[in-house]
Amino acid sequence: MLLLLQYTILFAAILTLVALGGCFSEHSGVINLGLEGIMVMGALGGALAMRFMSPNASAITIIVIVILASLAAGLIYSVLLAFACINLKADQTIIGTAMNMLGVAAATIIVKAINTASNPDDVSSNIEYGTQKKAFIVNINGFEFSWFMAIAVIALIAAYVVLYKTKFGLRLMACGEHPQAADSVGINVYLMRWAGVLISGVLGGLGGICYITAGVSEWKFECGVAGFGFLALAVMIFGQWKPTKIGLAALLFGLFRALSNVYAGIDFLKALNIPSGIYNMLPYLISLIVLAFTSGKSRAPKAEGIPYDKGTR
Amino acid sequence: MEKTKNIKNKNSDKSILQNEGFQALLASLICILLGMFIGYIVLLFINPRGAFGAILAVAKNFFAYSSASLKLKYLGNTLVKTAPLLMCSLSVLFAYKVGLFNIGVAGQYVVGTCACLYAALSLHWHWLPCMLLAMIAGALWGVISGLLKSYCNVNEVISGIMLNWIGLYLTNMILAGVKEEASPYTFSLKSKGQKALLPQMGLNKLFPGNTYIGIALILSIIIAVVIWVLLEKTKLGYELKATGYNKNAAKYAGMAEKRNVILTLAIGGALAGLAASFLFQTGFEQWSTSQSSVPAMGFNGIAAAFLGGLNPIGTIFAAYFIQHITNGGANVDLKIYCSQISDLISALIVYLCGFVGLMKYFLKKGLSKKGGTQ
Repeated sequence: MLLLLQYTILFAAILTLVALGGCFSEHSGVINLGLEGIMVMGALGGALAMRFMSPNASAITIIVIVILASLAAGLIYSVLLAFACINLKADQTIIGTAMNMLGVAAATIIVKAINTASNPDDVSSNIEYGTQKKAFIVNINGFEFSWFMAIAVIALIAAYVVLYKTKFGLRLMACGEHPQAADSVGINVYLMRWAGVLISGVLGGLGGICYITAGVSEWKFECGVAGFGFLALAVMIFGQWKPTKIGLAALLFGLFRALSNVYAGIDFLKALNIPSGIYNMLPYLISLIVLAFTSGKSRAPKAEGIPYDKGTR
Repeated sequence: MEKTKNIKNKNSDKSILQNEGFQALLASLICILLGMFIGYIVLLFINPRGAFGAILAVAKNFFAYSSASLKLKYLGNTLVKTAPLLMCSLSVLFAYKVGLFNIGVAGQYVVGTCACLYAALSLHWHWLPCMLLAMIAGALWGVISGLLKSYCNVNEVISGIMLNWIGLYLTNMILAGVKEEASPYTFSLKSKGQKALLPQMGLNKLFPGNTYIGIALILSIIIAVVIWVLLEKTKLGYELKATGYNKNAAKYAGMAEKRNVILTLAIGGALAGLAASFLFQTGFEQWSTSQSSVPAMGFNGIAAAFLGGLNPIGTIFAAYFIQHITNGGANVDLKIYCSQISDLISALIVYLCGFVGLMKYFLKKGLSKKGGTQ
C-alpha cells in the first residue's frame, strides 16, 4: 500500500510538472501538443548527464546538474515550437506533432550513436543510470521520497503565485484571452508567448527526467514517453487550466497510472486476476471518461491556437 | 485563393509559378530537400566519414542492389508497405479537410490489425470478410473520437492519443490468443490463415520473387482517386469541407455538423482499418504482441498527408516517398548510424510542412510584386 502511495505521488508529480507546462503555454495563447517530445528531450538531457557523471559525485551535485541538464534540454527544444508558431505563425497542431516525432527519432539517434561509439556491438537505444538515480531518493521508513515530489510542489505553488499574483502572470494570461486588447495597452504579445512556451519547455523537460527515473533504472529511448505528455494535457484540461485543480487532477491520474506498476504487489488486486493489459490501459481509459464528462464547459483560454498577427483586429 | 485568381485573370501570360498545384509541389520539394539536408547535417555530427554515403543509402533504397531482378523485388517490398501507408495518410488527409486532426489514425490502424488477424487466424475467414472486419473495427474506433468530439467537446487529438494506447493494449491482449508459443509474434498467415491472404492479381509476375504484392496496392490507388472525387466532386464532400471551414456557418446552412464530424472520423477510421488489412493480410509482417509502442505507420501517414500537399493524388507519391526513405533507412551502415535516421527525416518533413502556408504566402507576395512592376 505504501508502494502505491509512493508511485501515486511520483506520477502525480510528473503529471503536475508537465501539465503546468501546458498550462503556461496555453495561457499565453499557444497550444503545446509537443509536450511529449519536450519530455523525451528533457529526459535525454538528464539521462546523458547521469551517464557521463561519476557515480561518486555527491548527491547534491548530481541532483543539480541533472535537473539543469534536463530543463535546459527542454528549454532549447521548445524554441522549435515558439519560433515556428509565434514568429512564423505555423500551424500549432502540425508543429506539435512533428516535435513529438522528432523528439523520439532524434533521441534514439543520439543515444544509439553514443552507445555504438563506446562499444561497436551495442546498437541499443538504452541508457542506464541505476546508481546515479539513487541521489534523488531519500528512504523514510520504507517510503522512497523522491526530490522530484518536492520540486513538483514548489512548481505548483510558484505557478499559482506567478499566474495570479504577479504582473507577468496576469499579462501572460491576457495574451491568451485577448491578445489584441493586451497589445493595445502596451504588452508585447510575442514576448509573452515566447515566455509561456519556454516555461512549458522547462517544466516539460523536468517532467521528462522525472518520468524516466520513476521506478526503472534504465530507459529505452525508442519508446518515447508512452503518451505521457498527452495524459498531462488531459490533466490540464480536467484541471480547467488552473494550477490548484491541476494538482488534484494529477493525483487522480497518478493513482491509476501507479496501479499498473504495483498491482501485482497488492493482494486483493492480484486475486482478481485481471490481465496486466487492463491495468496498462487504465490511465488512458480513465482520462477519456473524465474528459468526456468535463470538457463540455471548457475554460480554455479564448485565443489559444490562433497565431497573433498585429495587423488583425 | 481569390487573390491568385484575380492575378491570373489580369495577367494574360500565366506563369507556371502561379499555378496552385505547382506551388504545392514546389513547397513539398523544398520540404524534402531541407529535410534531407538537415538529416545529413545530423549524420555529419555523429560521424563525418560516411555521412554522405548514409544519406545516399536512404535516398537510394532498392537502387542500391546491383541486379535488375533484385531491384524489382525490393521495389515490390517498398510498394507492399506503401499501400497501407497511403491508406493511413488518406485517413489523416480526409479528416484534415473537414478540420479534424486525426492523430488517432495509429490506433484505428491497430484495432484494424486486431480485427483482421483475429478473423484470419482464429476464425479462418476468407480474405474479403477479414478486410471488411478490419475496416469496420477502424471505423468504430474513429466513431468513438467523433462522438466524444461532437457531443462532449473532447479535442480529437487528445482522445485520439488515448485511444491509440487503449487500442494497442487491447490488441496485444486479444492477439495473444493466436500467437506462436515460443515467440511474441502472431501465427503466420501462410501456416494458419491461408484463406485470408490477399490475392496477388498477377503482380507477382511483374515483381519476380515478391510473394506479398497484390490487390492491396491496386485498391489503395483506386481508393485515393475515390477520396479525391468524394471531396471535390460530391455534395457530401462539399458539406464536409464546409463543416471544416466553419462549423457554425455549416450548421446555419442546414448541415448536420455533428453527424459530419462523426461520419468523417468513421471514414478516416475505416481507411486506417483497411491500411492494417492491406499490410497484415499480405503476410508481409506478423504482429508482435509484446509491442510496447504504437506502430509508426500512423505517424508516417501524417507525414505523407502533409507532404502530399493534402491532395489525395499528391499523397500517392508522398506515401511512396516516405516509405522509400523508411526502407532506405535500413540500408545505412548500422555500425555507425541507425535506421531511425529516416524517421528523423520524416519528422523534419512534417515540421517543415507546418510552414507550407508561409512558403506559399511568400511565393504569392513575390509574384504580385512582380505583377505590379510589369
